[in-house]
Amino acid sequence: MREIAVVAFAQTRHSAVDEGQSESELILPPLDEVRAATGLRTFGFTCSGSCDYLAGAPFSFVSALDALGAWPPISESHVEMDAAWALYEAWVRLQHGDVDSALVYGFGKSSQGDLREIMTLQLDPYYLAPLGLDQVSFAALQASATGAERAELDEIVRRSRADGRANPYALDLPEPAGEGAEVEPLRPYDIAPITDGAAAVVLAAGDLARELCERPAWITGIAHRIEPHYLGMRDLARSASTADAARAAGVGKGDVEVAELHAQFSHEEIILRRALELPEGTRVNPSGGPLAANPVMATGLIRIGEAARHILDGTASRTLGHATSGPCLQHNLVTVMEA
Amino acid sequence: MPSSDPTTLRARHALEFPGGYTRTTGPVIGRFLTELRDGRVVGVRTAAGRTLVPPLEYDPDTGDAVTEEFVEVGPAGTVESWAWVNTPRKGHPLDRPFAWALIRLDGADTALVHAVDAGDVKAMRPGLRVRPRWRAERTGHITDIESFVPEVTRIVSEVRVEYSLRPGLALTRFLQGVAEGVFIGCRCGGCHKVYVPYRLSCPECGVSITEEVAVPDTGTVTTFAINNLPDPRAPEVPFVSAYIQLDGTDIPMIALVGGIAAHEVRQGMRVRAVWVPEEERTMSMSNIKWFAPTGEPDVEL
Repeated sequence: MREIAVVAFAQTRHSAVDEGQSESELILPPLDEVRAATGLRTFGFTCSGSCDYLAGAPFSFVSALDALGAWPPISESHVEMDAAWALYEAWVRLQHGDVDSALVYGFGKSSQGDLREIMTLQLDPYYLAPLGLDQVSFAALQASATGAERAELDEIVRRSRADGRANPYALDLPEPAGEGAEVEPLRPYDIAPITDGAAAVVLAAGDLARELCERPAWITGIAHRIEPHYLGMRDLARSASTADAARAAGVGKGDVEVAELHAQFSHEEIILRRALELPEGTRVNPSGGPLAANPVMATGLIRIGEAARHILDGTASRTLGHATSGPCLQHNLVTVMEA
Repeated sequence: MPSSDPTTLRARHALEFPGGYTRTTGPVIGRFLTELRDGRVVGVRTAAGRTLVPPLEYDPDTGDAVTEEFVEVGPAGTVESWAWVNTPRKGHPLDRPFAWALIRLDGADTALVHAVDAGDVKAMRPGLRVRPRWRAERTGHITDIESFVPEVTRIVSEVRVEYSLRPGLALTRFLQGVAEGVFIGCRCGGCHKVYVPYRLSCPECGVSITEEVAVPDTGTVTTFAINNLPDPRAPEVPFVSAYIQLDGTDIPMIALVGGIAAHEVRQGMRVRAVWVPEEERTMSMSNIKWFAPTGEPDVEL
C-alpha cells in the first residue's frame, strides 16, 4: 500500500444564509488556500463531491470546474456524494502509483431549497419516497429506535454549539433551548443547521507529502461499508457498517485522540461513538461538528480535514475522520490518520 | 419584474418531471404492488427462509436473488418504533398529526415503514397492534394503504339507569333532626356506644337500638383529606373532607371543613357545624355548610 497523506485542508467560513455566491465562487477561496499552502497549481488527479439536487440543476458540478482552471484538460472525476467519498476515490487513484498528488473538494448550498424534502429524493422510489418521508422524519425514527436520553442529547448539542462558537468557520448558534418537538423525539436543535459552504483537501503520496508539509497526516486506514437501504431491514439503533469500516480501517489498533464524526442529528453521535468503540478520552467533534455547521456534500470531507488538521498543526498524533451518506447512517466511511 | 437591487436579486426555480417520472417495477416489486392493488400484502421468501416485507429483489444478508415464493402477511402488524409528527408537511401522507412507524407485519421478518393514524401521541407505544386502512381506489402504489390504524382494543359503554330512592327509617329520623338544627344519634343498650347519624341497630352487637340521643354540633377532627378535584357538593377547590367525632359520640362522621385554609387543617382541631339560616333549611345535609374551627385548643387524640 502506498503511503498517502493529507497535506493541506481549507474551508469557507460557513454561512446559514445564501450570501449570493455561486457554487464556483464559493469553492474558489478554499482552492486558492490549499494551492497556496502546497505551492501546487496542478494535480495528478482531481475529484469533487456535490449533489445536483441541492441546486436543482443537472451537471451543476461541471460549472464548478470553472474554479479549477481545467485547461489544458485535467484528469478529473466527480461523485454524487459527500466529498469524503471523492477523497476515497482520490486515495484509490493515488494507489495506482502513476500520480503523486490529488485535489479533492466538495461544496453545497442547502439554503436554496428545502433540504428535508430534497433528502426524500435519495430514498427508494417505490416504497419510501412516495410516502413523503422527509429527512427529519426518518432521522426521528432512528432516534426513537436508539432510545437515547434527552439529557444526553442535550449535552451533545450544548457541547457541539459551544465548540462551534469557538470555531471561526462554524456558525454561531445559541445554547439549545425550547421543549417543542420537530418530529418527536427530535427537537429543532437536535438537527444540523442549514448551511452553505465548501472545503478542499490536498492528498500527496510518499516523498512529495514530506516535501510539501512538515507533519503530513498519513492515512493509515481508510474503509467504507454500506447497509441495506430500506430502514425496516436494519437495526436502526446500531451502525453495523460503521463498526465494519472501523475494523477494516484499524481504528482499534491505537488511541484515537480526536474523532470528527459526521453526525447530522444529536442521536447519531451516540450510535457512531458506540460503533467506533471510542473510549471516554477521545475528543469528539472539537470543531463543533455538523451540529455547528453542515455544508451538505462538504461536511464529511471537513470531518477528515479537521481530523487531519490536528496532526498537521501538531496537536494530536492519531485522529479519526468519519463521513456518512444515505438515510439513517446507511453508508459510512472511516479514515484513520497518524503523524 | 427583475429586481434592480444586486443584494436581493433572486429567481424562482423548480425542478420537475412533468407528468411524473415513469419507472418499471421489475417482477418482485411489481408483484407486491399488484397484490397491494387487490388489498393484500405479500412478502418474498429468501433462500434462508426469511420473509422480506416489502419484498426486495436481493437478500440483504447475502446479496443472493430472493426465491420466487411470495407469501401473504399481515395485514395486521406490530409497531417496533415510531416518531411523532405534530405538524404535517405538504408531502406527508396525512394532514393531521400522525406517527411514522416501523411496523412488523404478522408473518414478516422485517419491518415496513408507513404512517400510523393514531390520533394522539399518547396512543403510540412499541408493541402497538395496527392494521392498514385501504384506499377505496387502489392503483398499485405504496400509498394504496392510506395509513395504518390501531387495532380495536377497547370500546366505550354508556350506562345510565334511573331510580327513586327513599332514605330508610333511620336516616329519615336523622334528617328530621338536621332540618331543625340538631344531630340525632343513638346509644346501644348492649355496648353503650353512641352512634351518629342515628341508626336502628348496633353494627357491633347486632341488637336493636331504642335510645335516641341529641348530640352537640361541636367535635374534633380525627383525620382529613385535602381534595384538589372539583366536586359539586363542595364550595371551592381545594376543599377538606374530614372525619369529625362529635362530642359524646364514639364514631366519627364525614363532613366538610371550611372557614380555614386547607393546609392549616390538622388532627385534633376543634370544630363546630356552620348551619345555613333557619329559613333555608330542609331535610338535607346541605343544611350544614361545613364545620369551622371553634378556636379552642387542639385535643390530644
